[in-house]
Amino acid sequence: MPDIHSVLLVGVIALVTVGLRFLPFAVFSGKNKTPRFIIYLGTVLPFAVMGMLVIYCLRNISFLSLPFGLPELISVLAVVLLHLWKKNTLISIISGTACYILLVQLVF
Amino acid sequence: MFLKKSKNSEALKKAFIASLPVMAGYSVLSIGFGILLNSKGFGVGWALAMSVFIYAGSMQYLAVELLAGGVSLITAALTALMVNARHLFYGVSMIERYKNAGKKKPYMIFALTDEVFSLCCGEPPAGVENKHLYYFLVSLFNQCYWVIGSVIGSLIGNIIPFSTEGIDFALTALFVTVFIDQWRNTDNHKPAITGILASAVCLLIFGADNFLIPAMLVIIIVLSLGYRRKESGQNA
Repeated sequence: MPDIHSVLLVGVIALVTVGLRFLPFAVFSGKNKTPRFIIYLGTVLPFAVMGMLVIYCLRNISFLSLPFGLPELISVLAVVLLHLWKKNTLISIISGTACYILLVQLVF
Repeated sequence: MFLKKSKNSEALKKAFIASLPVMAGYSVLSIGFGILLNSKGFGVGWALAMSVFIYAGSMQYLAVELLAGGVSLITAALTALMVNARHLFYGVSMIERYKNAGKKKPYMIFALTDEVFSLCCGEPPAGVENKHLYYFLVSLFNQCYWVIGSVIGSLIGNIIPFSTEGIDFALTALFVTVFIDQWRNTDNHKPAITGILASAVCLLIFGADNFLIPAMLVIIIVLSLGYRRKESGQNA
């Protein structure tokens, strides 16, 4: 018998998370036309969000202590250069990840 | 009939290929989640339930701490609100794209995580006729990897014989490639620069645990200024 408080905790977290995902659709997907400002946001937000997500992934690196975020910065740079050059998502990701694994497991 | 079938299999194939980087990143993160959850005394049923019903990577890691600490329901709700508020942006961005997706739409909205968003915020690859089927399958594949990995981690995670440290970088790499692809496909780089700069500055000011909400506010404000300019430009 799982304890009730833990079940409720999982339920609350699921409700809030899923609620956040449904909220914009619930508010703007009705019979009324989507406001132009929201449509505008929908066209520019994806660019800003991907920038935000990249920073979010790198949020825990510290520039003040070893290894100064070098594995992350070097690997991100590798992904950027490879992707600009080869334009192949899988190659960029596999190479960048291999680079990062080598750096964190063998070098730093 | 046959034609329709082959078109759908094209969506299936392309969705699977697109989801491979997420499979790589998730395999480590989800197994790690299962192991962590198990180490705090919550077994495979919990791993399964959380990955099916919450399906949010970093939130589930936090949830392990919340469960172990036995925090209040209010604390759990506020934490989820803070950490996942960025999902509001995904919804706003996908309102037009997911329009008329029919019966698949509720699940597509439910499964709109960081990784699904990064794969679905652009047009499907060339050759895919049914774009909503493609988005649906990408969402489903990604969650399957997440659920299966969580269960594996919970059951046998402790006996993986080699170090997997660093494989989760695949998700960072995925986001970087999507960022570059988007950059190449537009002439207006202000939104992308806004996203990077606002997040970086807020990270420096507010720290890793608290920067997302301030960053979102700054992004909305700066992007609204762009809308005002666009509007007044149209009126002039």
